Amino acid sequence: MAASYLSKSNKIIINNIKLSKFYMFRSLNHTSSVTDSVFSRRLIHSTTPPPLLNHAGIETGTFYRGFESVSGGRRSHTATSFSEEIDQLPVEAPLQQELNFPGGKVKFTPKRMFTPGSNEERTNCYRVLNENGELIVDNDSFKMSKELAVRMYTDMVTLQVMDTIFYEAQRQGRISFYLTTIGEEAINIASAAALKNIDFVFPQYREPGVLLWRGFTLQEFANQLFGNKYDQGKGRQMPIHYGSKKLNYITVSSTVATQIPQAVGAAYSMKMEKKDSCAITYFGDGGSSTGDFHAGLNFAAVMEAPVIFFCRNNGWAISTPISDQLRGDGVVVRGKAYGIPSIRVDGNDALAIYSAVYEARKMAIEKQTPVLIEALTYRAGHHSTSDDSTKYRPADEIEWWRDDQSPVKRFKKWIESNGWWSDQVEMEHRSSIRKQLSQAIQAAERVEKPPVADMFNDVYDVPPKNLNEQQDLLTKHIKKHAQEYPSNVAV
Amino acid sequence: MASLIIQRIGAATSFDTNNNFDRRSLSGRKSGFLVVRSDGAKITTGLKPIGSRTHHLVTNAVATKPGNSAASTASKSGHEILLFDALREGLEEEMDRDARVCVMGEDVGHYGGSYKVTKGLAPKYGDLRVLDTPIAENAFTGMGIGAAMTGLRPIIEGMNMGFLLLAFNQISNNCGMLHYTSGGQFKIPVVIRGPGGVGRQLGAEHSQRLESYFQSIPGIQMVACSTPYNAKGLMKAAIRSDNPVILFEHVLLYNLKETIPDEEYVLNLEEAEMVRPGQHVTILTYSRMRYHVMQAAKTLVNKGYDPEVIDIRSLKPFDLHMIGNSVKKTHRVLIVEECMRTGGIGASLTAAINENFQDYLDAPIVCLSSQDVPTPYAGTLEEWTVVQPPQIVAAVEQLCK
Repeated sequence: MAASYLSKSNKIIINNIKLSKFYMFRSLNHTSSVTDSVFSRRLIHSTTPPPLLNHAGIETGTFYRGFESVSGGRRSHTATSFSEEIDQLPVEAPLQQELNFPGGKVKFTPKRMFTPGSNEERTNCYRVLNENGELIVDNDSFKMSKELAVRMYTDMVTLQVMDTIFYEAQRQGRISFYLTTIGEEAINIASAAALKNIDFVFPQYREPGVLLWRGFTLQEFANQLFGNKYDQGKGRQMPIHYGSKKLNYITVSSTVATQIPQAVGAAYSMKMEKKDSCAITYFGDGGSSTGDFHAGLNFAAVMEAPVIFFCRNNGWAISTPISDQLRGDGVVVRGKAYGIPSIRVDGNDALAIYSAVYEARKMAIEKQTPVLIEALTYRAGHHSTSDDSTKYRPADEIEWWRDDQSPVKRFKKWIESNGWWSDQVEMEHRSSIRKQLSQAIQAAERVEKPPVADMFNDVYDVPPKNLNEQQDLLTKHIKKHAQEYPSNVAV
Repeated sequence: MASLIIQRIGAATSFDTNNNFDRRSLSGRKSGFLVVRSDGAKITTGLKPIGSRTHHLVTNAVATKPGNSAASTASKSGHEILLFDALREGLEEEMDRDARVCVMGEDVGHYGGSYKVTKGLAPKYGDLRVLDTPIAENAFTGMGIGAAMTGLRPIIEGMNMGFLLLAFNQISNNCGMLHYTSGGQFKIPVVIRGPGGVGRQLGAEHSQRLESYFQSIPGIQMVACSTPYNAKGLMKAAIRSDNPVILFEHVLLYNLKETIPDEEYVLNLEEAEMVRPGQHVTILTYSRMRYHVMQAAKTLVNKGYDPEVIDIRSLKPFDLHMIGNSVKKTHRVLIVEECMRTGGIGASLTAAINENFQDYLDAPIVCLSSQDVPTPYAGTLEEWTVVQPPQIVAAVEQLCK
């Protein structure tokens, strides 16, 4: 460094500084060569905010901070005097390697490095059964009783048959709407199997298997679809909006992802009452984009609430493919951002899902922490009966996932290999379920719809006067003009 | 001076209907406009004649003891308290009484709440029961709903009512609906509360009247408190109710002082409050406007009028029993509200009274509201957006001509 050059600039600095503490900064765009800048600058640590200086050392409103050392040496500087020889400035305070910011200690680094948006390698996916239904871990490390495995498989098959028959019923015009779970049978049944009935479920809408596992009967499903007077929901919701207080399964609400913060609330209530249970909420890849998802995860982490966030990443949100839904390595990496332990799981592997949810439940309750599980899978059916997904994705892709990657097939291979199942039993089971379903549908179809009086109940705990009046009016009108209205609906 | 626009609304919509289908069609009516300038000159257009027709008497209403609330704040032995403290007292009593009652909101914990309504509760009940939430209204309202469905009785505080616009999705689609759509299986006993209304130069975003937006949501109840006495009583009633209740407080009323009873009391959520019985005109109001009305009432009494002032308190559903009895007595109605002209509580109340008590009215209903403008910051302008006592006096004089 040219000493004369420096002294000249030092004089400028001295003349312009009004404060007793002096800090020098360098624009990020400058190199470490001194001759580029008006005068040399170096990084100075301090605990009080510095005055803002421009290149000429005059106070301005802009703020520059250099993170690269000027000439190989960094010194902290809290000088009240200033000498012409910068190199000989006294060091008064020790060098700070880290600082206790609000939020915790953070180490400093002179390396200016941006963490890339995504890693070269994506988060690995936990899998226990390969596509041939063979355990890829040694048999002893993964034990499941025959009873549980067979029960899981039968329910997966029931779910499959249920989906087929009800979908057909909609196509025949017998129900107005339906939504299938094809491709996600393992997610539905295996996750339910790993939980207990006291765990509260906050579903999106593609999880009827959880209800099935807990004991919702085929007739009850049919009643809800037909909205008849035996429906638990009293005919007030669209098909597939099941709910059961008895089975701790919150009624499906059409709004996407609103159940996520509600699940956190339920977990909070369990935490308050020190219950030995957790809450679980399901949502899709699309649901993970909503505000409720982010706020819900954040809340759960801050509150240390025992809730399992189960993301069914099936690649599609109606017609929006995952590449248009999010960037970054899927949903699992978001857990870390919120401070939540997370795992990515093969969504077509019933055993892996069972194992992950089982462990997640344990963690959630024992450690009072939320857990995020991302199950990668494929929505092998259409979004719903109002959708024809061949319009936006190739039919052979759908076929490949539906047939080759079917979680039901895979699990079947495994239980068959253990000698717990056979084709004969399968045939019998499928045919029995089909018969039960068609009986249930016929019965549900014949049952009366709820009476008009039920339209006004349950808006509040007790109907208020204005609703009683409105009901009165409507009843009188219907009675008077009975010929204009269907005769099979009670008043 | 700003001119005042008063509008009569023909009952084209039914908030509260008892229509007989064999009467004259609603579309046959003409609605008129009555414009009163502050200098007293008026321009009227097309006053509609009130014909006779069969109508429904409101017979099965909530039974109320007349003049009950007027005596309530009188000379009983009690303790003096500020409104925010009365709310806190009510809250604390309920939290003592029922371990499932909890509070969640921004800065409600050790900070004690932005308006000190939850002061002292976090140290007493713990961080979990008085929960500080991150800034995500939709999420913590959703949380409250989820907690309510699984057995707790949360009170969700919006730091300002306007922020609850972010929670509209949860309030409308879930809070109001889930009890119904689940077939009565899941109940949602939440209380959503917070300060709203026009304050002192808080700016447009912090001066909102959310009761207009929420009033249509089926499944919720709405109440507005205006005195320390009714604040505590309504808070307790709201907490004990199994329905979701939205309790509207007002930013400017928190420091009102009053003597309230020492013994425990709970008010009825669906009842209005008779503030001042009278004979000449029924003035219906709520929240802060009650005080403007009472100020105007003093002037009116000096001028020889005898107004009956009712604080409607229950914004959804309306207490048509007390209101109806008053209308039958005075035959003239003036509604004074802070909501905007369009789609406010006054608009709905006008429709409800017109439909139910049409035959008892000697003059069209007059409704004084704020203009349809965002609340300006400048103090003088802000003052002119809310209804002022001179306007109330002028309206009564006009009505009673």
